[in-house]
Amino acid sequence: MLAQFLLSGLTIGAIYALVALGFTLIYNASHVINFAQGEFVMVGGMATVALSAAGLPLPAAIALAVVAAAAVGLALEKFAIEPARNASVVSLIIITIGASILLRGLASLVWDKSIHSMKPFSGDTPIAIAGATLLPQSLWVMGVAAVIVALLAWFFGRTLLGKALLATSHNRVAAQLMGISVRRVLLVSYGLSAALGAVAGILVAPITFTSWDVGVMLGLKGFAAAILGGMGSGAGAVVGGLALGILEAMGAGYLSSAYKDAIAFVLILVVLFFLPNGLLGKRSSERV
Amino acid sequence: MALSTLAARLSLAALAFTATAALAQAPIKIGAFLAVTGPASFLGDPEQKTLEMYIEKINAAGGVAGRKIQFVSYDSAGDAEKARTFARRLIEQDKVDLIIGGSSTGETMAVVPMVEQAQIPFISLAGAVVIVEPVKKWVFKTPHTDRMACERIFLDMRSRKIQRIALISGAGGFDKSMRGQCLNVAGTYGIQVVADEAYGAGDTDMTAQLTKIKGNAQVQAVLNAGFGQGPAIVTKNFKQVGLSVPLYQSHGVSSKEYIKLSGGAAEGVRLPAAAMLVAEKLPADDVQRNVALAYKKAYEARYKQDISTFGGHAYDALYIAVEAIKRAGSADKAKVRDEIEKTTNFVGTGGVVTMTPKDHMGLNLTHFRMLEVKNGDWSIAQ
Repeated sequence: MLAQFLLSGLTIGAIYALVALGFTLIYNASHVINFAQGEFVMVGGMATVALSAAGLPLPAAIALAVVAAAAVGLALEKFAIEPARNASVVSLIIITIGASILLRGLASLVWDKSIHSMKPFSGDTPIAIAGATLLPQSLWVMGVAAVIVALLAWFFGRTLLGKALLATSHNRVAAQLMGISVRRVLLVSYGLSAALGAVAGILVAPITFTSWDVGVMLGLKGFAAAILGGMGSGAGAVVGGLALGILEAMGAGYLSSAYKDAIAFVLILVVLFFLPNGLLGKRSSERV
Repeated sequence: MALSTLAARLSLAALAFTATAALAQAPIKIGAFLAVTGPASFLGDPEQKTLEMYIEKINAAGGVAGRKIQFVSYDSAGDAEKARTFARRLIEQDKVDLIIGGSSTGETMAVVPMVEQAQIPFISLAGAVVIVEPVKKWVFKTPHTDRMACERIFLDMRSRKIQRIALISGAGGFDKSMRGQCLNVAGTYGIQVVADEAYGAGDTDMTAQLTKIKGNAQVQAVLNAGFGQGPAIVTKNFKQVGLSVPLYQSHGVSSKEYIKLSGGAAEGVRLPAAAMLVAEKLPADDVQRNVALAYKKAYEARYKQDISTFGGHAYDALYIAVEAIKRAGSADKAKVRDEIEKTTNFVGTGGVVTMTPKDHMGLNLTHFRMLEVKNGDWSIAQ
């Protein structure tokens, strides 16, 4: 039984990790918490379903959906964040909340409000591992998430653009003085973050179905994972996501299955009370 | 007499004539609030389509006692708050004569106090027994109750010598109500509930709960009380976790959407449902065969969609109301209410309805069939 809970926890935890990474990216670039992150997840899943239904083969639908989500992210940055770039962080956060509501409404108009399923990538015959069963789709989720995390580590550590993003997150003024275009950095962050969210949404849709409002819960849980791991820390996002997924599965299995959703939110409270920088966040101090 | 007085009298007469003429043509207003979109959309969407189609038919044939039906409907999206708002709008602004609606139990129960206070007949399309028990003067319903679903399932289980079962249910009004009813009546059928799991609304992973059930060696069958996306996920997870005991669902999933969402995992699932889902497979002397076939042909021809029992509930509600209005001779709310209560041997898609002052649903177990999912389609369980 423990094995089963662990496996389902790891699966959903990988999704939370991807969403949390999206939060982290944008937070690092602009100190804004992008509450429309969940909607990027939704756009990925729904767009893939719609494109598949229109006749495109699945790989093409997935690729186009990720591109579409990235476009949505870029549009969000260009038309909602950039015009307000001199506003306070709180105002920008509220703008993202408004954007998320707008995106949900648009999704329900462009597509519909029904629940949609997606074909699993490689069938749905369960695999028996250690006395538990795992769907092949879960392997896809964990595998692709691991590959993405590795790619991101390479991107931030070894490419000039990635280092520019990191530099901006440490000190925006210094980065600007060094010739880094903060506007470009912001655009890339939002686009990349949207693509990350979309991939998460596409990976998980064959297991959990997708619909116009699936972004609300996933976004909030990804946010909880990011806080648990330490807002701003990439490794923290991954650790936080996996930890949250496992805690949820264990809680549902051993404590109460009806209150599974509450675990994420109680965790936010606990972290903010006792460990505000999260598990791996920097212990920052204000210098006078 | 003076010209002005004659003119006055003539115009008064003319006014009186046009007024009575207008009154005689005043349409009968039927209002509806249905979950056309949202998590209960595979209940509300066919209900909306059915009502629209048949009201059009009735109007094309001359209406009810010479009066056309004016249909006002709102989309509650499965939300009880919205349902209440729209019901209030129907009663106070649109001033309807009768309300059909409440695709889900939660929405229906939220509207009941308002309907009782406004004294307007209300035919609900939702499942839980609490809607008509205790009986409320102005509230009726067409679908079989959740208690009947439990009883029909337990009858089938008994015939398969199943004695110990696991229950798994969601957080919605219907889910909780059906779980309570099943726990209540299980003993009467010799069934013992040895596991009782729950999942939240919008939960997307029930493998934890099903793993616990699998670990319980006593369980001989699993009963899932719920509707919407939850049962579809339970069904998929059921197959994933490798449970081999029979799975029973409620009539809350009696729509092809459930089979589609569950993928191949729904094969072999049994559920109690109205005869219309297997209309062509009914024997020729079955009293419901004609009504069920006619509905199926009309709905599929018009909307190119598979039928579901939910559309059937709306059909029954509409025609029960229309027959009552014909018998009452007017759309007067109190008279229509009395006539609805007197419905006798009405052959609908759900069964043969006979209501009484104590029974505002009028169905029994006789016409509730046990179906099984075979090859992605409904079949009568053997």
